[in-house]
Amino acid sequence: MPDAFLPELLQPLVQALVQGTLLGGYYAIMAVGLSLMVGVVRFINLAHGDMAVLGALLVITLTQGLGLPIFAAILIMLPVMALAGYGMHALLFERAMRGGFLLPILVTIGLGAALQNSMFGLWGSNTRSLGADIGALSWASWTLPGGVLVGQLPVLVCLCAVLVIGSLHLVLRHTRLGRAIKATSTDAEAAELCGVDARRARRAASAIAVGLAALAGVFLAMRGQITPYSGPAQLIFAFEAVVIGGLGSVWGTLVGGIVLGISQSLGGLVSNQASLLTGHLVFLAVLLLRLFREWTAAHGGWRASVRAWTTLHRGRFARRKGEKA
Amino acid sequence: MTTRYRLGGLSRLDTTLMAAGAVLLALLLVLPLVASPLVVDKLTLLMIYVLLAVSWNLLAGFAGLVSVGQQTFVGLSGYFVLRLVEAGIAPLPALAAGSAAVLVVAWPLSWIVLRLRAAEFAVAMWVIAETIRSLVMFDPLVQGETGRSLMTLNAMDADLRRTIVLLAAVLAVSVALVTSYRLLRGRLGGESQAIRDDEEAAGSIGIDTLRVKRTIFLVSALGCTVAGSLWLASAITYQPRTAFGINWSVFMLFMVLVGGLGSFTGPVIGALLLFAIQEVFGDYGSWYLAGLGVVAILFALYAPGGVVGLITGRSLREPLSMRKTLVAPRG
Repeated sequence: MPDAFLPELLQPLVQALVQGTLLGGYYAIMAVGLSLMVGVVRFINLAHGDMAVLGALLVITLTQGLGLPIFAAILIMLPVMALAGYGMHALLFERAMRGGFLLPILVTIGLGAALQNSMFGLWGSNTRSLGADIGALSWASWTLPGGVLVGQLPVLVCLCAVLVIGSLHLVLRHTRLGRAIKATSTDAEAAELCGVDARRARRAASAIAVGLAALAGVFLAMRGQITPYSGPAQLIFAFEAVVIGGLGSVWGTLVGGIVLGISQSLGGLVSNQASLLTGHLVFLAVLLLRLFREWTAAHGGWRASVRAWTTLHRGRFARRKGEKA
Repeated sequence: MTTRYRLGGLSRLDTTLMAAGAVLLALLLVLPLVASPLVVDKLTLLMIYVLLAVSWNLLAGFAGLVSVGQQTFVGLSGYFVLRLVEAGIAPLPALAAGSAAVLVVAWPLSWIVLRLRAAEFAVAMWVIAETIRSLVMFDPLVQGETGRSLMTLNAMDADLRRTIVLLAAVLAVSVALVTSYRLLRGRLGGESQAIRDDEEAAGSIGIDTLRVKRTIFLVSALGCTVAGSLWLASAITYQPRTAFGINWSVFMLFMVLVGGLGSFTGPVIGALLLFAIQEVFGDYGSWYLAGLGVVAILFALYAPGGVVGLITGRSLREPLSMRKTLVAPRG
């Protein structure tokens, strides 16, 4: 549709940008819990995505199986999943963390495999969705000037992301528990010396992380379809958003999620396959850039490090030539 | 007067184990003459498991690098073999060349990923596996999700192909065991274990940590690629989703963790266990895989030394140990 407001060529581009930004909200909810875990507990829960799927499947069972209204189902599921996160930390991770930094990662891989396959055993292989339970919200959209369509659900999810991240920010800053979590993430030993219960802070962080993952999982099931094996992909997206946004920063996660969402939807203009690939490539580029900056920071700025590197290698080269002569 | 300590050598048990292992592998070499095709196929799978477990243990058990993305190399070698065969190279040389070609990818990759922090390395490898899978699926030859069969290999006499693949697998496992033994017993083994236990301290006593980690990473990648080629040669069909599947990592984790992380005999025992469990419970499908996950968690929490650790207990007399022990001279 030709439009005076937006040239026809630009319309899909703007559409992709808007959709990508909104998609980023979903990734941010998924990622902010992971970021909290990385900061406080210092390892990456590889079953994070599977927790999201578990939350979604619980809500699906409560609504479609027991006939509860969806809002009530979410309100029941969230504390259950948060409790699961608390218990998971108390039962599994604390013990694993005593055995060094390798074991927690290994435990979460095992946990992921156990969760995915048990969910497959319990819920079967069918794709499931919450789309039918939210009525018109799943497809309704607003039309912006220029013919850009904005889905109502993505807007809701994105607003929810801002709300979640904002309140997490406030909790971390202004409550006793939040300050304990922050202190533990900065320096657990020093925090303990100051009377902070680091163990409690870690358990709480784990509960928040799993609860938020489950909330994200519900949104995922509202937007589209899920299977018991959807988790690993969500973990990868969350991890990418965390790394792009910068480790340990709550608002950075929102930025990371939006960057990831925009890259994916721009890639989606080419093809479905290219969408995921673009996301991965942007992530790898950010990672490379960060490594390069860490490298230069360790050598006194990038100019100095490049000069040092070339001098070093020129020296080596000259020596080798000398040996030959 | 100073006492002259020396590094401990092999115990009686160690030499017996080595001899037994050599005899077993030699027996496997003549087995195709008498065994049924089904047995030959199963043994090939077992060899592939051993190869994967040994490679993953090198990385996680000796260099402290937990990767969830070693399927990158399993999948990539299959893809390279497919491409080489398409280019007109005979299947068997292609299988060998495909494995070697993966190093061209692994080498530059090692420069990047080994600079990451521990947990990041694990997931970054996974993202890399996914990235390479999406790239491979762009190739029309692979036909996206459908995958493709190695036609020329299928055209070979089935029994001959089976025999050759098993022989190649036994050979690969022997080479992997001997090479990793020599590597780990030597200087590199000491250096890598120092890095695993405390990277900063290892660096401060003059170990080039990046070089050591890179060597281990490349050797481990090579093991996975050979396993990938062997698997393609026995399964014939190449599907990107299976070849780059996370299940490879789950299997490797299970074998190494249950067998004994950081021990030499552990991964072999783990591979035998996984193979046996799969034979018995494999039909339960997803519950079987869930069980593997649960068992891996239990071992990580309650027996981090795996079966080898349970057997040897606290005696430190682990068979074929890679620990450097000091022995005081007699008298």
